[in-house]
Amino acid sequence: MIRITVDAESIEGRDGQTIAGVLIGAGRTAWRTAQTGDRGVFCGIGVCHDCLVTVNGVEGVRACQREAVDGDRVEREVRA
Amino acid sequence: MTGAKRVAILGGGPAGLAAAQAALAAGADVTLLDEGGRLGGQYWRHHEQLTDRRLQHGWARFERLRGVLDRAEVHTGASVWSVEASDGLVRLQAVVGPADATARAALDIEADAVVVATGAHDLALPVPGWTLPGVTTAGAAQALAKRDGVTVGRRTVVSGAGPFLLPVAQSLAVAGSEVVGVHEASRIGALAAGWLPRPWQLAGKAGELVEYVGALARHGIPYRIGSGVVRVLGTDRVEGVVIAALDAEWRPIPGTEREVACDAVALGHGFTPRLEVAIALGCTIEGDRRGRFVVVDEAQRTSVAGVYAAGEITGIGGADAALAEGAVAGFAAAGGARDDARISGPLAVRRRMRAFAARLERAHGIRPGWTSWLADDTVVCRCENVTRRAIADRADAPLRAMKLATRAGLGPCQGRTCGRAVEAIVAEAGGAPEGFDRRPVLAPVRLGEVAALGRGSAVIDTEPARRDDAETTVAAVEAQQ
Repeated sequence: MIRITVDAESIEGRDGQTIAGVLIGAGRTAWRTAQTGDRGVFCGIGVCHDCLVTVNGVEGVRACQREAVDGDRVEREVRA
Repeated sequence: MTGAKRVAILGGGPAGLAAAQAALAAGADVTLLDEGGRLGGQYWRHHEQLTDRRLQHGWARFERLRGVLDRAEVHTGASVWSVEASDGLVRLQAVVGPADATARAALDIEADAVVVATGAHDLALPVPGWTLPGVTTAGAAQALAKRDGVTVGRRTVVSGAGPFLLPVAQSLAVAGSEVVGVHEASRIGALAAGWLPRPWQLAGKAGELVEYVGALARHGIPYRIGSGVVRVLGTDRVEGVVIAALDAEWRPIPGTEREVACDAVALGHGFTPRLEVAIALGCTIEGDRRGRFVVVDEAQRTSVAGVYAAGEITGIGGADAALAEGAVAGFAAAGGARDDARISGPLAVRRRMRAFAARLERAHGIRPGWTSWLADDTVVCRCENVTRRAIADRADAPLRAMKLATRAGLGPCQGRTCGRAVEAIVAEAGGAPEGFDRRPVLAPVRLGEVAALGRGSAVIDTEPARRDDAETTVAAVEAQQ
């Protein structure tokens, strides 16, 4: 198992899951604030950029493409 | 290995893997690059511990293809951001490392020939409410189920067109979601016209379809043709959908709407080829709004010397077509002779599968009436939240002016998600949409990374738009086209 924090809340995932996989496994479907409301995964294969998160301080990481690493700090991105 | 041809292969899905195997067999030095963390592409997307083996099709073939790669140089997690072909030489520049990380390792590759096998992504048509969390593409549902062992919801409605919806429904069911229904937009007439004549061309494809429908029946999943999701309901997330019967042109039939409760929706109306690399290399692309593809000859040669193309970028034909085309392309790129007995099998399959691609389009191709399920205020461009009305109002302007005025297609995905829909709306409003698939940026790389390599100006002719942060991804930058 691995553990990552999402907006300071700790959640558990399985080894090898993408960040999106960990978030969805923990029951979350949305984690980015867009003009029309919250967004989560849409294309799931790195094309649409709907699922962007900040990981360990680095902005613009596609959650569906990045494999989660134990201890990752994931933060919400807000685009007005 | 002096004297051996150097063949670079872009893409590690069925086409790219078959190309690598064939090029190695023909004696070439092979370098294969894929942007994913693992080989296999979308078709064989997997994780060693997380993937349920029941969801893998043709896995033995994948293992055989992967097995010969110890004789090749393989880079996964490689984002190619620059390609050039001139004077008989191909030059590729990539960064290698975790997705969207900073300071990934630079990789320069020089080759005598390149096989472009970049594949396709889902084409999900807009539906009112489709920006609600819980709506994904069918490909996302498939990827999450196969790669990560999760489903977005507990009750999923699958809607769109084409045989791909069936394995998606199966994956959802195996990964733990109830599948309320699979809705295929095409009606019996189109399906019969595409699937029934000349059964010998199908070579088992129709049987596969029947098997899948049987599997759905065993899971108790209804498969309904001539119907689709025409609206998604909910406030903060998906709470249900409106299903309607669709006519032969995919217009919702009034009076047939019914609400169905669900917490997830998987949409897939077809596929869009990933043409960026082929376009950047200067390959001739042909087609119309129903689909634009790389033009290839019998040996999968493109219009550019030394550049070969295989798989979905030459026509949406599925994995069997991609495997055959990849083998032909890899063998030819390595200098193998066309009459070599080792390539006669793939050549024959290639011919048959090109007919299959045309039949798929006939049976499941997008019909123009779909735009009538849009409302004026439906968001079409998800990145920039541009509505149907905003696009239609500017339809008479040149495409570039329309994009600059509305911002449709100028967000992080650069129109990859909405391009086909925007073109349809512009055309319907009397405009002439051309060239939506031209993009200056091949793959999302960070400006900082490219700047650190000291030669970013050649490919990145874009200007930072909203964020002045130089570390933002290039794809998140406004496209100046």
